[in-house]
Order: sequence, then structure tokens, then C-alpha cells
Amino acid sequence: MTIEILMPALSPTMTEGKLAKWLVKEGDKVSSGKVLAEIETDKAPMELEAVDEGTIGKILISEGTEGVPVNKPIAVLLEGGESAADIKVSSAPAAKVDAPVAAKAPVVAAAPAQASSAPEPEYSTFKTQTVREALRDAMAEEMRRDTDVYLMGEEVAEYQGAYKISQGLLDEFGAKRVIDTPITEHGFAGLAVGAAFGGLKPIVEFMTFNFAMQAIDHIINSAAKTLYMSGGQMGCPIVFRGPNGAAARVAAQHSQCYASWYAHIPGLKVLSPWSAADAKGLLKAAIRDPNPIIFLENEILYGQSFQVPDASDFVLPIGKAKVERVGSHVTIVAFSIMVGKAMQAAEELAKEGIEAEVINLRSIRPMDVETIVRSVQKTNRCITVEEGWAMCGIGGEISSQIMENAVDYLDAPVLRVAGKDVPMPYAANLEALALPQVADIIAAAKAAAYRA
Amino acid sequence: MATKRSGTKATNPSADSKTLVQFYRDMLLIRRFEERAGQLYGMGLIGGFCHLYIGQEAVVVGLQACAKQGDSVITSYRDHGHMLACGMDPKGVMAELTGREGGYSKGKGGSMHMFSREKGFYGGHGIVGAQVPIGTGLAFAHKYKNDGGLSFAYFGDGAANQGQIYESFNMASLWKLPVIYVIENNKYGMGTSVQRASASPDLHKRGEPFAMRTMSVDGMSVQAVYEAGQDATEYVRSGKGPVLMEVNTYRYRGHSMSDPAKYRSKEELQKMREQFDPIDRLRAQLVEIKAMDEEGFKAIDKEIKDIVTEAAEFSQTSPEPHPSELWTDILIDAA
Repeated sequence: MTIEILMPALSPTMTEGKLAKWLVKEGDKVSSGKVLAEIETDKAPMELEAVDEGTIGKILISEGTEGVPVNKPIAVLLEGGESAADIKVSSAPAAKVDAPVAAKAPVVAAAPAQASSAPEPEYSTFKTQTVREALRDAMAEEMRRDTDVYLMGEEVAEYQGAYKISQGLLDEFGAKRVIDTPITEHGFAGLAVGAAFGGLKPIVEFMTFNFAMQAIDHIINSAAKTLYMSGGQMGCPIVFRGPNGAAARVAAQHSQCYASWYAHIPGLKVLSPWSAADAKGLLKAAIRDPNPIIFLENEILYGQSFQVPDASDFVLPIGKAKVERVGSHVTIVAFSIMVGKAMQAAEELAKEGIEAEVINLRSIRPMDVETIVRSVQKTNRCITVEEGWAMCGIGGEISSQIMENAVDYLDAPVLRVAGKDVPMPYAANLEALALPQVADIIAAAKAAAYRA
Repeated sequence: MATKRSGTKATNPSADSKTLVQFYRDMLLIRRFEERAGQLYGMGLIGGFCHLYIGQEAVVVGLQACAKQGDSVITSYRDHGHMLACGMDPKGVMAELTGREGGYSKGKGGSMHMFSREKGFYGGHGIVGAQVPIGTGLAFAHKYKNDGGLSFAYFGDGAANQGQIYESFNMASLWKLPVIYVIENNKYGMGTSVQRASASPDLHKRGEPFAMRTMSVDGMSVQAVYEAGQDATEYVRSGKGPVLMEVNTYRYRGHSMSDPAKYRSKEELQKMREQFDPIDRLRAQLVEIKAMDEEGFKAIDKEIKDIVTEAAEFSQTSPEPHPSELWTDILIDAA
């Protein structure tokens, strides 16, 4: 059988090219790798190499010809025992590009996930715990339950945690499972992703999420995308956790909310607890989850005490928000430390006869749109509160979800309370101005309720 | 395809003639597979980026012959040769290149993103250098689980200037992780030569500040690579920590399919092809030691040709992924 040598596409965008020069002539014997011709593409001159062995039977396109379409036969190769008489030239098949068949998107594009699963059970006994203790207990319980779970990060072992979250874990689990890393976020985040591919379930503590910017390539490109790129083979069960957002007086490089950065990425789940119960129940769920999880804590909350269900295995569902306060006049959606501020604002608003419903998101991605919509259907008004910047922020996403799912129920525009659009200043007065305060939330709620 | 060997003693790690024939076959499979991939790219059947391994075959064939069941392998985007050397099915690899359902990633990864847990191949990574900390993490998991496995982390001379490489070296050496770092020094990081990119072009020396054992190996000789691999695997498996191996090799084709390679002379390329080609050199040696006659070579040629033809056909007959695949494999359903 004769073999047609076709005009090659030599760049992702090339559709035709110039046959600049033949480096072989009819009758020449060629073998794999022999350069046959020079081709000028839309980008550069390239060499065309032989793939098959044989004799050049006929040159179909003479050198110097411009505009030769990709896949047009340019020469014929004879294999052993053939002669030029065997040559039959086919018509050039055009490079086939199928029109894409539209795939039906899930109704809510940002994976609704397990939002409407079983309701949170009622608990009868509680104990008072700080967020710090709750996080430690969550890790310790999961490490007792599964020996593949380990903790690594800067100062997590001998120092007992830069913020004392891992207090006591080295004593209980030893240096094999509680690992002090060098200050090398890019490296240890990538290493932990590899360990997760290798069958372990790492918990990676970032001293703060500000430092995770050094590691964000591994979080997004390595952890979040590999399951998809591998056609489902390469799960990455890993938790990246640490304090997020502003602490106090640590200025711009150490005070930033990353919720919207990570919530943008398919392949990640993003959780942000407020109370100690959130912290415990969500962190345990995160460690058990087979996917990469971003777990955004808050340094100021670490020392705050809350009631935590005193159950032997308290786990919260991922993707489910919590209505922290029931109200009928305006919905306030918040997460992390801003839930506390929203609760304070709600108390003040109640004194003026405005009953606010406060939703604690708990999970940023997947987002519990159902709970938000149900609340807006009742209150007809909504404001969002976040510490991060408004531009392309979580409040903007919530606002869009309400537009798409509940616009007929709105009696007022959705308003965003967010961090001011500036890098975080150091001076105490400026820092307070930059962050959302209770008074800002009250003002926005009144504006939404037309009670300003 | 690369047969796993275990019986060779470290004191005499040279390959016997049967092993050399196997090396010849394994290298030829990669070469012919890559040539065909280049051809399919030319026909518009493979899209995007496609980085061919032609010229570097001795590196992965020599080293993976030292691997054992359960070891892990990870590399960059120039990964087709590594997959074949790990024993992955040429049909599945080629069908991934054409973006078809029968590909290793169901057509969702492409040339740079293929994986096989079964064969211990962990990608296929498109970010220069990112596979090195991940490969270090695979070694961490071997040590944590105490399963006797080790990790081969391959990267190029271009990646050798990424900071995360040195973060990885530090942790691997600090924690005595079972990892062999393999710098495939093919002399050019895309279009920039090692001399123009690296203040000290002896890349293996970069392991020294991390108290790692280092090696510099002729990557155009599969035997030299194999012998170095025997030595390195024995060292790493004994728990002494990582090894950094620089393997000096050469890539014949451009960085990717659309690279005309104007940054090097034709004479340089010609010299490497004519005098140092790892397949031609091994073939000459096999003739000289009478390990194989002309009939034997023909039989291997035919076997390889049939495998590659079958892969190319499968890669064109396997259907494109179903549109519903757009929405799968984003998250694993939690139990």
C-alpha cells in the first residue's frame, strides 16, 4: 500500500502553509526521522520528518507553493515492492472539527452539592469551648480515628502551634504524624498534595492564609484540578487550614480575606466557621471528605467561647448554612467573624423594631443558596457582610444568586457590607475604618428596609 | 513494557544481553510512538501542546528498569515516554493525545495530564517544576506507610531553576525521604540553553548544599543510565535519603510541536543524532556482541510498528467524550 504524506499542521493555529523546500526527490529512500521538507507555518519555518520507511514515489506539491491546506497530500511514499504505478491520490480530507454539542449545565452552576441533605440533628448536652480547643479536638479525634491523617506546618509540633491550635498533638501522636516543616510553603503544600496522591490524608496548617499565596499554585493547579485532568483517577483528600482575614494591627500583607479567591475554583470546597461548634463539626467533616478543602479560620475568634454539642462524634454537613437568628424583616448573610458582628447588629436592630434573620454561611463553596433564597422569600430584603473586598467578592456572588433565583421576592436591592477597597492600614483608627463594623451593618440593614 | 528486574546484584549491575535487547525494544517503542504522535499532530488530530521525547529514550528506559512494583513515578509535560516505560497501554496514551473517551483521562487531560495509579504513574504535570514537591510527597507517603517503595521525580534543566525544587531537596534530605530526583538535562529549557539560564551549569552539584548524594550520568547510553539507576535505587531503598541524578541527554525535536528550534545549529543536532543516538548505539552494540541478528531486529521493528499502528487507529476510532463528561470528576461524592 502506498502512503500519502500530508501537509502537516505544525502549530495549534495553523490551517495552511507554504511548502518552502523539498529536501528529498523522487526515488530517494527515506527512513523514520529523515527531514523531507521545510514548511512555513503561520508562526515559523519548520521541518517535516518522515515517519514511515520507504521510497519517495511522487512529489505532488512543488516547492514554493503557498497556501497548501493542512492534510492535503504533498507526496506519496512507496513501501517495499511498490512502483509509481501503484499511486492513487485521494482527495484531501478537510481537518475535521466537530461542532461542540452543548452540554446541559446543572441548574445552579456553582455545585449545589449536598445542601438539602438531612437536617442538622438537635443536641441536648453542650460544653463550653473556645474555637481553639474545638479545632484541636477535631484534629485529635480524626487522627485517632484514621492513621492516614497527619498534620504538617510551621511550628505545629514542638512549638505547639503558632496560635496554639495543635497544643498537645505532638505528645499524643508523635513526630511521625505531627510534623514541623521548614518555612517553605510552596514546597510543603506541594509535598502534602503528593502525599495525598500517595494515599495519605494530610492536614496542612498555614500559619496564616496570607502565606498560602506562596503555595497557591499547588492548591489550585495540583490539588483542585488533578481529579478532573485524570478522568477521576486522582483524588486528593487534603485540608489546608489556618487563620484568614484580618487579625489586629498587622497591616496589609497579613490581613486579607481569601474566601472569594478559593471559592472561584471548581474542585475545591471552601469552609469558613464562626463558632466553636462550626469549627469542630466542619473540620471533622473536612478531614473525612475525599476532596481538597480550604478551611478558613479567624485568629480573633480562636479565643472566643461557644457552646459545642457534647456528642461522641459531632460532624456538620458541608454545604449547609445555619440560620443563627430568625427574623422576618431583613436577611443578613455573613460568614466567619462577621456572623458575630451581624448578631450584634441584629440585637440593636431589634430595639428599633427591625427583626433581622442572620444566616451563617459556614460553607462558601458549595454555597447553600437554598437557605438564602428561602429566607429572602420571607424577608424580601437582604444584605451581605464580609471582611474581604466587595469587588468580585462573596457578597457579589450571593447577590447574583438571589437575582437568578428569587428576584421576584425582592423589595429592595441587595446591599453589600464589605472591607473598604484599600490595603489594610496599620494605624488603629484607619484599620477600624477599613473593616466592616456593627454600625455599618445596622446602616445597611436599615437602608434595605427603607428605615434609614 | 519495561520489565521490572530484581535479580541483578549491585556489585555487577551491568545489563546482560537479554536485558539489552529489551532496552532496545522499549526505546524503539517510545521513538516510534512519538514519531507517530508528531504525525497525528500534523494531521490536526492532536491539538494544543505536544512535547515529544525523541532523543531522550535511554533516560527513562534505563531508570524504570530499576523500578519495582509499588514505586511511584512523576514527571513534567514531556511525559509520553515515561508512561510507556511504566507499562501504560500505548492505545490509552495515544487516545488521550487525540482527546478521546478511550484515553487515560477520558480525553479531559491531554498530552500533559495523564495518570495511572495501577502503574504507579502520577502524571504528567504542566507547571514547570511542580511535579518535584509532589514527587517528594509521594516519597513521604512511601516512608509514612513503610511500604518499601520509592519515588522517581523527573524534571528538566529548565525546571532546575525553580525555587520549589530546592524547597523539596531540603525537606527530602532533612527527612531522609526515598526519592530519586532525575534532572533530564536536554540542554535547553524551551529555547534557552543551560549556559544562558544557569549560573552553575553542573546541575547535579546543586544537591551538595542539601547533603544529598549526587550523580552525573551519560543519558545517551541506556546502560550507563541503568547502572547508575541500580546504584541509586539501592542507596535510596536502604534508607539513606534522596539521590540527585543529572542525566545528560538531548532532545531532537523542538520544545513543543510548534517550536522551529532556531536557537541551536543544525550541525549540533546532526552530530547528536549521528554520533550519540541511544538507539543506534545500542543496536550497533547488539550486532557487535551478536546478541541479535537482522531477523531479530526486523521482528522487533514489526512488533513495534504493529503496536503503534494499533494505538494510532484506536486513537482515531475511540469516540470523543460524551458531553455529560464535562460535569464529572470535579469532586468525589463524600461517603
